[in-house]
Amino acid sequence: MRENKSIFSQIEFPVLLLYLTLTLIGWLSIYAAVYDEDHSSIFDISQRYGKQLLWIGLALVLGLFVMLTDTRFFNGFAFAIYGITILMLIAVLLFGSTTAGSKSWFEIGGFKLQPAEFAKFSTGLALAAFLNRLDTHLEQTRTLLISIGIIALPSLLTLAQYDTGSALVFGAFVLVLYREGLSAWPLILGSIAVVLFILVLYFGPLYVIIGLAVVLAGSFFFMRRNVQNILRLLAVFAVSSLFVISVNFVFDNVLEPHQRTRINVLLGLDEDLRGAGYNVHQSKIAIGSGGFLGKGFLQGTQTKFNFVPEQSTDFIFCTVGEEWGFLGTTIVIGLYIMLFLRLIRMAERQRAIFNRVYGYSVIAVMFFHFAINIAMTIGLAPVIGIPLPFVSYGGSSLWAFTLMLFVFLKLDANRTYSS
Amino acid sequence: MEGKKFNERRQIITLIILIIGGIFIIRLFFLQVINQSYKLSSQNNVLRFVTQYPARGTIFDRNGELLVYNEAAYDLLVIPRQAKIDDTLAFCRLLKIDITTFRERLAAARKYSRFRPSVFVEQISKEDYGFIIEKLYHYPGFFFQARTLRKYPRPIASHVLGDVGEVNNAEMERDPIYKMGDYIGKSGLEKFYEKALRGHKGMKIMMVDVHNREKGSYQNGLYDTLPVTGKNVYLGMDVRLQEYGEKLMVNKTGSIVAIDPATGEILALVTSPNYDPNLLVGRARGKNFNELLNHPQKPLINRAIGGTYPPGSTFKMINGLVALQTGSIDEGTRFSCQGKGSSPIKCTHSHVTPLSVQPAIENSCNPFFWNTFRNILNNPNLHGQKKALQYWHDKMLDFGLGKRFKTDIPFEVPGNIPDRDFYDKVYSGSWNAMTVRSLSIGQGEILVTPLQLANLAAIIGNEGYYYPPHLARSIGEENDTLPSHFTQRHETNIDRRYFRLVKDAMLDVFEGGGGTARRFKVKEFQAAGKTGTAENPHGKDHSLFMAFAPVDKPTIAIAVVVENAGFGSTWAAPIASLLMELYITGEVKRPELEKFLLENFPDPVEQ
Repeated sequence: MRENKSIFSQIEFPVLLLYLTLTLIGWLSIYAAVYDEDHSSIFDISQRYGKQLLWIGLALVLGLFVMLTDTRFFNGFAFAIYGITILMLIAVLLFGSTTAGSKSWFEIGGFKLQPAEFAKFSTGLALAAFLNRLDTHLEQTRTLLISIGIIALPSLLTLAQYDTGSALVFGAFVLVLYREGLSAWPLILGSIAVVLFILVLYFGPLYVIIGLAVVLAGSFFFMRRNVQNILRLLAVFAVSSLFVISVNFVFDNVLEPHQRTRINVLLGLDEDLRGAGYNVHQSKIAIGSGGFLGKGFLQGTQTKFNFVPEQSTDFIFCTVGEEWGFLGTTIVIGLYIMLFLRLIRMAERQRAIFNRVYGYSVIAVMFFHFAINIAMTIGLAPVIGIPLPFVSYGGSSLWAFTLMLFVFLKLDANRTYSS
Repeated sequence: MEGKKFNERRQIITLIILIIGGIFIIRLFFLQVINQSYKLSSQNNVLRFVTQYPARGTIFDRNGELLVYNEAAYDLLVIPRQAKIDDTLAFCRLLKIDITTFRERLAAARKYSRFRPSVFVEQISKEDYGFIIEKLYHYPGFFFQARTLRKYPRPIASHVLGDVGEVNNAEMERDPIYKMGDYIGKSGLEKFYEKALRGHKGMKIMMVDVHNREKGSYQNGLYDTLPVTGKNVYLGMDVRLQEYGEKLMVNKTGSIVAIDPATGEILALVTSPNYDPNLLVGRARGKNFNELLNHPQKPLINRAIGGTYPPGSTFKMINGLVALQTGSIDEGTRFSCQGKGSSPIKCTHSHVTPLSVQPAIENSCNPFFWNTFRNILNNPNLHGQKKALQYWHDKMLDFGLGKRFKTDIPFEVPGNIPDRDFYDKVYSGSWNAMTVRSLSIGQGEILVTPLQLANLAAIIGNEGYYYPPHLARSIGEENDTLPSHFTQRHETNIDRRYFRLVKDAMLDVFEGGGGTARRFKVKEFQAAGKTGTAENPHGKDHSLFMAFAPVDKPTIAIAVVVENAGFGSTWAAPIASLLMELYITGEVKRPELEKFLLENFPDPVEQ
């Protein structure tokens, strides 16, 4: 009992406050987004805003349960929880129901649950538990491979459900591995690959290869002119040229048609205002029309008249942008940044590796959602349907993020006691 | 402490987060504060431009009788998302559809869009509409949209008036004014005068949401434009003449064309068999059209402008006129006729011999016109037979033959007048008057349409000129929209005295003791005419007759073709006579002749 009393006094209050603020902003935005004059009460349970309030209430109950759980449970049962989630991911492939092309939902009596949302949490737990072992070091190939395996398994299972967005989220764990000592090269090479990919789509492989040759030849003048460097540059040129040539093949044969269009739309190679470009175009109009101060609560014409699809879920940021303007969007982004920085500070003060790795998992996953979701609504990333943490409509996602965050809050509050 | 080794990475991760946050804020600053274009776009989104359909122009005859008007019809539309039906059976009974149709249509509408309206039942009549609208409040998500349907007070002139249908893709591509679901004239006058008849669409600006739900009118309709009703088309047609002509042609195959010689206005354009124009309106249009298309008697063909026949004896006058004008013969030139023993063309009539041009026309003497035609080709002023034939060909074109008048209904054909090149090709250059002798009596390669034949009658009646035959006399309230070539006078450049000679000969057909149409003379006025029999290699000859009246200053020129009816004097001449009587005197006083024509025509199937 002594421990439980101290829990609530030791909880990181600024984070809790940020969580509650974002959740409230989400609820009000959902209300504005699907506002229906016939059901004008924000508590009307037949509407999404009424339901979201219910989800929020249940999320807080969930949070309370987490705070009352013994911290050792999370470390001790990490692999068990991970195993259960993997089984659920397999089960959903076999028995799940399909929504918007993704077979990723369990439907139990009108109630929908998306296991992929919880897989992010359990992957974080499993990774933390694994790296917490005394015999694991990320410099070891074995440790690195097992870590990647832990991350890749749920990712591939989600991909099999045609839920590309959620599958990509697992890529965020690279950030965790980076913090724990993974070389920066994967990050840098990944970034270069993305840049080359985009350049090829814009200019075609030939010009990119010519450009590469020019750049590499230029850099030769700043190097020592010996055979070794020439061979190195040639090797770099050969590998990157191979990559460049394969881009078109991957783009045309591996990606699905809708993914191709989304990328083309993003790069401005395809207008398609009625098709794939529609969401992004409408979303930009909604945000752009907000101006500096916004149109005011419930005054948004774009979102209220349902021009933006998925506006209460993946495109909820539009409502914020339209009704609260630049001021509102800056505040929301500011709140997220504050949350992330606070979480980094918390993660760094953990004595146990388990706590720190788990903390960075929470940061990485939330940051990835935040970055991709907002980038998508303002036309900086292709349309990848993933929710904005705490703000988007939906029980599964809210509970999963609440669970992740509160487990970390609990670990942090108990940091002096845990192993 | 393993983690301490990579402590500096905390800063890098923090930096990544800050950079991304910064990029977002800068981007949002440009989107929301700097860039003004999205504010405009948002206005476009909320305003929906709703088209207001104009009423199509109506069509009147020369006396102001209504031929085509509009009747309101209603499409029942559904927005699947809003649709709520408690009693499906009652709903189906109300709409007179069966439950399978109901399910199929609702599924189709859902497939198209749950939010946008789809047509559920199209073209519901005014009567049904009144009944349904009273109960429609039981069924949210369903609503009516007004449309107009063409209506024909008299079931006549279907080929002239044409029909209206929904635009197809090719038509939309040709003229972007048309949008899916718009109506367009598909044939006849509806097609030719489409631009005048269609009017101008109006625009109503509504505030709508993305589901097309109207949220009220924008700025109280300040920027709305009203639709402009299409222009009315006034025809030269006389409804009574048209109707009577169609009546006389029932059960016969052929056509009648009557023209006002003074203006070229078409008074009647009958083709038989025909159909009730109301068949090609509304929901049954597609089905009925296919039935007509596949009908063995081909009722969709407009024989008056699209049927071609060898003109036979009716052609002899023009050959005579050209011969007189070129000096190949004169009024007194006589040729002898050996009747059935004539060579190379025998004569089927018995008459005095030798004879001059006027009695030759009256008696339709073949040998006379063979000699006349040979004289034209051998005329020294025309530089040899081949050049002479080309000259003759050009003259025929002056008479409106061998080419289109570009009249105002589609599917007009030019007929055929063979020229020098044609024979050079067919006979590899070696041919002469003998080779092409059938041209002298209007047989062989010559083909004319009933419209050209009627125009020929008008030219003779006018003594030398014509206006291209056309149906409309004015469009809207001003005349200037009529194509200018309709008011352009065409000359044949043949002296009037030769025409008078031909006229006298044609007058004798009605008035003379041996005239082939003397039995059909009307005492109130003098008519001139000429019978013709077009040889038909497939069966009984076609009966032809051309005429005009009154002879001195004709007000009507007419051509009648009855297919497979034998001699021109048996069927075509009395029909022409009755129609001229009706048009000039205003009534028909020969009921026994009318009865004979209606009841005694041999059933074509038995032939």
